Amino acid sequence: MTLTAPDASALHPDGDDVAELQARFDAIIEADQRIEPRDWMPEAYRKTLIRQISQHAHSEIIGMQPEGNWISRAPSLKRKAILMAKVQDEAGHGLYLYSAAQTLGISRDEMTEQLITSRARYSSIFNYPTPTWADMGAIGWLVDGAAICNQVPLCRASYGPYGRAMVRICKEESFHQRQGFEILLELSQGTPEQHEMAQDAVNRWYWPSLMMFGPPDDESPNSAQSMAWKIKRFSNDELRQRFVGMLVPQAEVLGLTLPDPNLRWNEETGQWDMSEIDWTEFHEVLAGRGPANAQRIQHRRDAHEQGAWVREAAAAYAEKQAARERQAA
Amino acid sequence: MSTPGDVAGEGWPLYEVFVRANRGLSHVHVGSLHAPDDDMALRNARDLYTRRNEGVSVWVVRSSAITTSDPDMKGAFFESPAGKNYRHAKYYEKSAEVPHL
Repeated sequence: MTLTAPDASALHPDGDDVAELQARFDAIIEADQRIEPRDWMPEAYRKTLIRQISQHAHSEIIGMQPEGNWISRAPSLKRKAILMAKVQDEAGHGLYLYSAAQTLGISRDEMTEQLITSRARYSSIFNYPTPTWADMGAIGWLVDGAAICNQVPLCRASYGPYGRAMVRICKEESFHQRQGFEILLELSQGTPEQHEMAQDAVNRWYWPSLMMFGPPDDESPNSAQSMAWKIKRFSNDELRQRFVGMLVPQAEVLGLTLPDPNLRWNEETGQWDMSEIDWTEFHEVLAGRGPANAQRIQHRRDAHEQGAWVREAAAAYAEKQAARERQAA
Repeated sequence: MSTPGDVAGEGWPLYEVFVRANRGLSHVHVGSLHAPDDDMALRNARDLYTRRNEGVSVWVVRSSAITTSDPDMKGAFFESPAGKNYRHAKYYEKSAEVPHL
């Protein structure tokens, strides 16, 4: 039986030689086996995972907002139902990931606290506004598409609970991308105004979605260690290239253009040539100065505070039931 | 040994979730969640792990109720397979060509 909480002895080895534990850990990673919650692991590995998994969970939870915002205005009952299912999936994905992070010895409350006090990060993509219905299409196609590209290799991450959460997430995520693609296709083939709306959304989301893969490899200080630990399997630039390669033929089917005049396949390098990414914008948004940062966090904080009575009532009820059972026994 | 699932600062107890995909199959561990009590754990498990017809039955059990083997005792706790391949059918080669054996 694999349990999903860290054992005290794994957190604080006593007596055992740390060098020996380290050697056993290294051997498991080397053999492409998985580390499980009750195994000893280096503190830096645990910290890296907590940071990465909780950021990922926060991204799912914050990611509910730009789309939740459109549920009441989606153009048909079918589209409303689809959008609700997608937003519900995102809540579910957040919970899988919080559970995975909790196996590393951080509590859910602690993570929530870090998020609503802006001490934890989430994907900066959710700090962009969603002014039109076509944005729902562009988010599904580009943002979820980039997320899938990032997440598929994470299914093989060396930490068992993280990999397993990612397997579930990836299975569910592919519907997200397809429904987005379909929204854009319908708009693109609709009236000239609808086509224009679709193109405008793609223009606004294309670059931010490429930024989702993170800084270029030579400016990504933590990447090498994460790759050595087999948490990360491919570099930021490798994944970005792969993603662009998938988008090009898809954009043709959509009848929309990707907003980069310099985008072309380079036979010599076997890579996509593209314009320079505007990383100043990325760092601005990351630093909390994006269009919607404050609004997203405020909304999350309000939801958390307004839901406090529900959590308290549930705990009080559980306590009362338990007391009753004790009396009956 | 500490109670597994007993993470300091965690308000609600940890539950392990098992789902039976179809009649005739075992319940399989699918993940975990925190909930204030058993009923809420079951409802949350349904919402979280069976949004797409993944199961016909769900079990939730408090992690603290599960007794586990010690991960560090692996070698000593489990039967050593060394030299005991006679426990597997493949060990018996003389019957390899004989039908239905």
